[in-house]
Amino acid sequence: MSSPDDQALTGAIFEESAILTLKDLSRMCAVDERHLVEYVEEGVIHAVAVSSSEWHFSGAELRRTRLALRLERDLEINLAGVALALELLDELKRLRREQAGR
Amino acid sequence: MEFKDYYKVMGLARDATEAQIKQAYRKLARKYHPDVSKEKDAEARFKEVGEAYEVLKNPEKRAAYDQLGQGPRPGEDFRPPPDWGTGFEFSGAGGRDSDYSDFFESLFGGQGRAGSRPARGAFHAGRGEDHHAKVLLDLDATLQGGARQLSLRIPEIDAEGRLVSKERVLNVQVPKGILAGQSIRLAGQGQPAHGTGTAGDLYIEVEFQPHPLYRVDGRDLYLDLPVAPWEAALGATVKTPTPTGTVDLKIPAGAHTGSKLRLKGRGIPAAAAGDFYVILQIALPPADDDKAKAAYAALAAAIPFNPRAILGV
Repeated sequence: MSSPDDQALTGAIFEESAILTLKDLSRMCAVDERHLVEYVEEGVIHAVAVSSSEWHFSGAELRRTRLALRLERDLEINLAGVALALELLDELKRLRREQAGR
Repeated sequence: MEFKDYYKVMGLARDATEAQIKQAYRKLARKYHPDVSKEKDAEARFKEVGEAYEVLKNPEKRAAYDQLGQGPRPGEDFRPPPDWGTGFEFSGAGGRDSDYSDFFESLFGGQGRAGSRPARGAFHAGRGEDHHAKVLLDLDATLQGGARQLSLRIPEIDAEGRLVSKERVLNVQVPKGILAGQSIRLAGQGQPAHGTGTAGDLYIEVEFQPHPLYRVDGRDLYLDLPVAPWEAALGATVKTPTPTGTVDLKIPAGAHTGSKLRLKGRGIPAAAAGDFYVILQIALPPADDDKAKAAYAALAAAIPFNPRAILGV
């Protein structure tokens, strides 16, 4: 019998290793680039500053974008509503973490 | 096949108006959306509600569904009537990423979904779609790293163009130091390529099962450590479990319940590893025999102590 370590698939932690362009993010979420620009302008997702004119995103923004798209579609809320929901979810997460440290 | 009472699922009367249907959906969606809900069975309930809404919000589908009446009596099997679907036009059935019940598929599946899905693939011709899955791991997976057998549910389009979810078991090396909410990207493990393109990637988002001893805050770990009153008062060296094994921990004299001791770098590993925090909890020995009672009485006589002084009584 082979041990579980044999031929295990290896992958990097996406959030810590990936830098995405607007185009990457658009393809990965199957959503129009213009929609993502609106997300950035509304503060739903954040671009990281790099030394070029193009926007770049950390890998963590993929999960955030997908979450925003799901909320927008499933809850039929507008952009401001999505931004608010994400902020409140962040706050909830922070409070739960604080609870754990007590 | 089980008949689905979509009106009941949404808590609506059969003569509900479009506005009422929309309102009911929004309320239930907010309550059960898996991204925001802590309700039990949120995901299953949300799917059910989404499916009911898909039918009731669409006048053609709703009219066709209403023709079925109240469905068979409880326990009886449901079959679509032989003339089902004639005279109705179901356009744009698909679009959502959730999989529907057999009941829904038998009534509204097929044409709409089959028509709408390939359009999405064609949008990025050649490349297979990325797949996303979530897994629940033990905390040891991130503390030590190592291979884990993961069972994933992957959405797939079957031969008839229906969205089904299929089980896939993968042996995956969990990167040491991965945090809850982060994902492992497995290049080329998503949907196979269309023709000459490249395969999509697979993203596995991890969450951790609650650990019996440690609480997690980011990269830091917390442990409640019981100590005897004299260990806290006089100071002592006591054994404490840590993720890397049992260590001797020095308790400073005058410690109290809630005192926080830090073991640097013994949290979740990384270039800047998290810390391990020990929170002291003073445990009282029971006074269940004469000797213990005498010891407590001697303590009371020796030390004038009013624990309620702070309350002004």
